[in-house]
Amino acid sequence: MLNSIGGWLTDPAHWTGPNGIPQRVLEHLIYSGISLVIAALIAIPLGVIVGHSGRAKWTVSLANSLRAVPSLGLLFAVALWLGPKIASSLAYVIPSVIVLVLLAVPPILSGTYAGIQGVDPAARDAAKGMGMRGGEVLRKVELPCALPLLLSGVRSATLQVIATATIAASISLGGLGRYLIDGLSVSDYAEMASGAILVAALALVMDGILSIVQRTAVSPGLTGKFRNTGDNRPVVTTTARGDASDPASPTDRADDQREALV
Amino acid sequence: MKRTILMTGAAAVAALALAACGANNNPTAPAGGGGGSTASAAGGSITVGSADFSESQVLGEIYAGAIKAKGITVTTKPNIGSRDVYIKALQDGSIDIVPEYTGSLLTFLKGTAPSQDPDAVYTALKATLPPTLVVLDKSTAQDKNSIVVTKDTQSKYSLKSIADLTAHQADITVAAPPEFQTRQQGLVGLKSEYGFTPANFLPLKGAAVVNALTNGQAQAANIFSTDPSISANGFVTLEDPKLLFGSDNVVPLMRKDKVNDTITAALNAVSAKIDTATLTDLVKQVDVDKKDASAVAKDFLSKNGLG
Repeated sequence: MLNSIGGWLTDPAHWTGPNGIPQRVLEHLIYSGISLVIAALIAIPLGVIVGHSGRAKWTVSLANSLRAVPSLGLLFAVALWLGPKIASSLAYVIPSVIVLVLLAVPPILSGTYAGIQGVDPAARDAAKGMGMRGGEVLRKVELPCALPLLLSGVRSATLQVIATATIAASISLGGLGRYLIDGLSVSDYAEMASGAILVAALALVMDGILSIVQRTAVSPGLTGKFRNTGDNRPVVTTTARGDASDPASPTDRADDQREALV
Repeated sequence: MKRTILMTGAAAVAALALAACGANNNPTAPAGGGGGSTASAAGGSITVGSADFSESQVLGEIYAGAIKAKGITVTTKPNIGSRDVYIKALQDGSIDIVPEYTGSLLTFLKGTAPSQDPDAVYTALKATLPPTLVVLDKSTAQDKNSIVVTKDTQSKYSLKSIADLTAHQADITVAAPPEFQTRQQGLVGLKSEYGFTPANFLPLKGAAVVNALTNGQAQAANIFSTDPSISANGFVTLEDPKLLFGSDNVVPLMRKDKVNDTITAALNAVSAKIDTATLTDLVKQVDVDKKDASAVAKDFLSKNGLG
């Protein structure tokens, strides 16, 4: 059986044309990408607002409860509802994207909210003390500090979306799910197993890429790579800041963070 | 980073290990092969399977009920899947009997079906079947694969036969079950017999095929000739001059080692009672009236004194 999977994956016929692996991977990434972008556009601003203001926390609970919605059932329900309204293949694309967006919103929203909410109040105070306005505090302090949790939300959303985007194939769309559905319909186990392996591989590759993004995007002051040794300490600025700010509020930790951020 | 790579490696190994689990058997085959083989030793119990559409499920329930009425223990495995899947199940003993269609089965096994004549197809099918399988008497009920279009599409392109689709193929999307794509009685045959390659193919199942046609996502669809949606929606069935979809009579296909006089008599009596009109009505009861397939079967059997 392993041979037949290997044979299927290495068959040149499966690497070209509209049913070829590159095309299916591309379709899979397009559905996943569109869904993730939409989900991020919804979840990140919402998470920032909720985390920053501390209000409307129920939206996070609500989004988390949406994780319980069965994707496949929702997909069919939305497709049935939209089918008579749109006379093109958009009648299948839109339901798929809706389902994937609903899947991706909760992890991104929770991550963003938890990240913003978890910012050390001392760091916020320090930023305000330095004369930053609300927007600046958000942009220069809160968001960078929330980035590790926000990005891990995006990573887990990406993994879930790529793994679940296979269901688009059950309503006639492409993507790697095609191999699962078509393989099942003609009892071709090698095709199905190859499809499953490709989905898993794609999810792992995307996760790997995002982990690199996470490492480069997150401030070294938060990852612990930046060690606050005497050599690194920019003496002049510290002194200058010390003079300007309220002497009571900057704790050691806030000091570290601020240095890393500014 | 090192940890990420390690995790990725571990996951890849796990995926391969999972794949290797299937090394010796085919997990897509329906479960219950073990039960089937013990039953074959006893010779007493029969498993009736059916394909993934309602007509096959009603027929399966009718076969099961008719055999049960003769005092034989029967289990059913409805909704197994496409022909590719249930023929394998039949060969490995997971199921013993399945409702079949003469022309479609012959085309599946041989690549072509000889003619429109039901008897000729039936005779050719008998000669083509693998030695482990037999067909009992065929019924007069016909249910062919067909290509149907909406009334609007038909008048827009003034279509009469499948051949007329070829001139407009750039504007035609076909909806059909996924297996249609790789079958002779599917896109392969449509291309070789009619030179027709649709602009797009929508692999869908069951009611979704009909919905795609009524909602305009597809312009043509592969729907069975007994499907009540054809008359309900005023669909037009296109003529098939090249006989790609040939003659398709309902026939019980079963394992040779399970054949005995009681079962043969029971199922032949069923086949004698089923004609195209009866079959169409049975499908309508399930698809339109939303009745349970087993209830429809029971009703049919008691009306005909078979159950």
